[in-house]
Amino acid sequence: MRRFQPAALATAVALGSLAVSAASAQESDTYAVTGATIHTVANGTIENGTIVMRAGQIVAVGGPDTAIPAGATIIEGTGKHVYPGMVDAFSRLGLTEIGAVSATNDQSEMGDWNPHLEAYQAIHPASEHIPVARANGITHTLAAPGGGTISGQATLIHLDGWTVEEMRIEESAGMVIDWPSVGGGGRGFFGGGGNQDRSFQQRLEQYEKDVTELDEWFAAAAHYRQATEAGSDRVTRDLQLEQLARVLDGSLPVIIQANDERQITDAIEFAEKWALDLVLAGAEESRDMASTLAEKGIPVILGPVQRLPSDRDAPYDEPNTLPGVLHDAGVEIAFATFNSSDSRTLPYEVANAVPFGLPHDAALEAVTLSPARILGVGDRLGSLETGKTANVIVADGDPLEITTQIEYVFIKGVPVDLDNKHRRLWEKYKNRPAKATTT
Amino acid sequence: MSRSRILALGLSLGLAGGVATQDPLAAQEQPVLVTGATVMTASDAGRIENGAVLFENGRITAVGPASEVDAPSNARIIDATGKFVIPGIIDAHSHIAADAINEGSVAVSSMVSIMDVIDPTDIAIYREAAGGVTTSHVMHGSANPIGGQNAIIKHRWGADAEGLLFEGAPPTIKFALGENPKRSNFGGIPGIPDRYPQSRMGVMDVIRQAFAAATAYKAEWDAYDARVANGDRNAIPPRRDLQLEPLKEILEGTRYVHAHSYRADEILQLMRVAEEFGFRIHTFQHVLEGYRVADELREHGAHASTFSDWWAYKVEAYEAIPYNAAIMTERGIVVSINSDSGEEGRHLNQEAAKTMKWGGMTEEQALAMVTINPAIQLNIQDRVGSLEVGKDADLVIYDNYPLSSFAKVRTTFVDGEVVFDVERDMQMRQEMVAERERLLEMLGEAEETEEADETPGSPGTGSGNGGTR
Repeated sequence: MRRFQPAALATAVALGSLAVSAASAQESDTYAVTGATIHTVANGTIENGTIVMRAGQIVAVGGPDTAIPAGATIIEGTGKHVYPGMVDAFSRLGLTEIGAVSATNDQSEMGDWNPHLEAYQAIHPASEHIPVARANGITHTLAAPGGGTISGQATLIHLDGWTVEEMRIEESAGMVIDWPSVGGGGRGFFGGGGNQDRSFQQRLEQYEKDVTELDEWFAAAAHYRQATEAGSDRVTRDLQLEQLARVLDGSLPVIIQANDERQITDAIEFAEKWALDLVLAGAEESRDMASTLAEKGIPVILGPVQRLPSDRDAPYDEPNTLPGVLHDAGVEIAFATFNSSDSRTLPYEVANAVPFGLPHDAALEAVTLSPARILGVGDRLGSLETGKTANVIVADGDPLEITTQIEYVFIKGVPVDLDNKHRRLWEKYKNRPAKATTT
Repeated sequence: MSRSRILALGLSLGLAGGVATQDPLAAQEQPVLVTGATVMTASDAGRIENGAVLFENGRITAVGPASEVDAPSNARIIDATGKFVIPGIIDAHSHIAADAINEGSVAVSSMVSIMDVIDPTDIAIYREAAGGVTTSHVMHGSANPIGGQNAIIKHRWGADAEGLLFEGAPPTIKFALGENPKRSNFGGIPGIPDRYPQSRMGVMDVIRQAFAAATAYKAEWDAYDARVANGDRNAIPPRRDLQLEPLKEILEGTRYVHAHSYRADEILQLMRVAEEFGFRIHTFQHVLEGYRVADELREHGAHASTFSDWWAYKVEAYEAIPYNAAIMTERGIVVSINSDSGEEGRHLNQEAAKTMKWGGMTEEQALAMVTINPAIQLNIQDRVGSLEVGKDADLVIYDNYPLSSFAKVRTTFVDGEVVFDVERDMQMRQEMVAERERLLEMLGEAEETEEADETPGSPGTGSGNGGTR
């Protein structure tokens, strides 16, 4: 995977004074960025700092005196800023290519009960969306399935790798449940979920039926686990129950997509009943439950800040203020796009919460270390600390600011190619010879 | 937020009656000086540090360094030190404030008009004003090769449907190419039959057929007008055709075409069809592959209004690139960034900033894409789009640098009147809460009274009989 091409990079972005010098053989697996402002996220900011990466890991983070191993490829980073790679904490990267073309969509399957399906098995490493996202500093993502009630298992991947096996961080990082909804809100392109013609009472009855059925699946999984653990030879192997049972001992987090108050309240109650390791996703109407979420230690993966307020009477800035409210209450928050084509602009969505109450440091943490902790890899990713996987970005400023250019992206300690479909088309067409005026 | 509308109405009534208002921000006839700010004019004056804008009776009366702009003694002075002022944002492609968007049953719907269905109560008018938007081009949808007539509105939150319309703005019409008019992504919707066209060939044919008819219609009218001009009193006017009339206006250059488009080939073909009939495509909308035919666009004289970075939601958007606006700008085209969405319209300043990142546009070029350039595309550049003396006092005060993901709007003025102010918004929220409580209290009292009234034997003024409420 050694695809580091300084020349190509130099044409792609204005690198300014940034220079790369290989102090030894090209095959070095050691890189150092020196003289830069290092935003560790975990341990504050180091001015004139050095970070050293070797064999995929961060091996040193410190001041100008930090020792650089012989043979390291050195990036002179004066005036540059180094950050942990950013995370889209719930995306469809690798699972969908063109929204309107069903042949390119693999994120959802038929049926409502799919605990045995894994996003891992459908991830397309050559998706054009992946290089587009990582060129803007997104280094890993939770690629999550959708559809049905139990949608399947989400996969945590690096946004680089020849195969999904090379991309894999956690093949199964969470069981995704799309919590049933009473509906009536008119979401979706054609303005509704097909339940508009039913009364509220009818929709409420359907909702309760759906939740009961979900509960029955969990009961069945619990019985299945009891039986198999007891060594019964009369149990036929059932992949659905076998996989669902993994969430019952808390070893696999359950990521429940829930937006309105009823959904969130019921999801929390359900998770407590089954002792689940709950992560909420979406949580648009969680404002009034912030202290409850904090007390119970339930983290939240928020969707785009650039969305419309929940209803006509809601304040214009309701989506902008929610992250700050949750943060102030002590809720651990991360951010997600819930799609693939917008991943690159996730940092700007997060930035939109900052002038409305989310502290800047908290915003940065919410796209780096918080999602790592929420997804169970806080010991390996999300901050610039010795021993962590070297997913690192070098930028000419704050990556949450639109006009900042990302100059280097390291994934697993290797600088990845920042070229992508968009940049290639730009290069090609901006250099189109001027059209002859007459023919 | 219906309260804010009521409040705004109340204020304007108060002014009409000459009653002094408690809210100095809303005093339209009093000169207002916004001073001390970084003023980004979107004009030749560029950026003015420590600048000032003076306006009165809805028009800008002075722009310049704060030291050179003198306020009349009765002026209200807004100290905007450390803040930024830009012209009101103009959204060249919007679908807010309309009760209907598509008349999709026919391939040529030029007889219908968004102006007939303006909804002045749409909260998006206010919410986009909170994002700095002061003018929007409310467009018919893209279901037909030749769509309906559009409306240009100002975000005068509180005005009625007529009051929203941008008076004197030259009329426009929607055209559409590609997947939407050929209904590629709308199959299988029960109750919606197939409709010609189903291919890009058919789309061009529909447009060509319509203009063949419009050319003949125009010839009939031209012949009639000539006879009348020659004093022929027996001339009988042709029957008015409301479908062809807007197309005749296009041929006469008095109505401007805004064509929804994606792929480079369809963009090129539409220009050639237009040239065949002797008219011009004024502005290509979306024009996501405009970067591939930028020279042809410039030669034809078309403008381009595009998205900042949306891509891959359908096949014809798969080669959309965020550098599109920059490439077209560098090839000499007037480019704007539009929203096409009541959400995206809340942060067009940030969408413009993306052209600085992707394509290296300057601050001036980026700002122009949401101010003076869309004004040019809507032929209203004499009135709005830049901070210049004589133009409408449509402007936005930002707390910080507007071309930033951290930007926040403080106050938005339309015609010199405050349509959004962050502090007033906060105050109205508190008033809404108080009013809700008051109403609930009244409801509680009413229920108690009803219960008392409905006890057996009481005369009962009660509910259920109508009349009293």
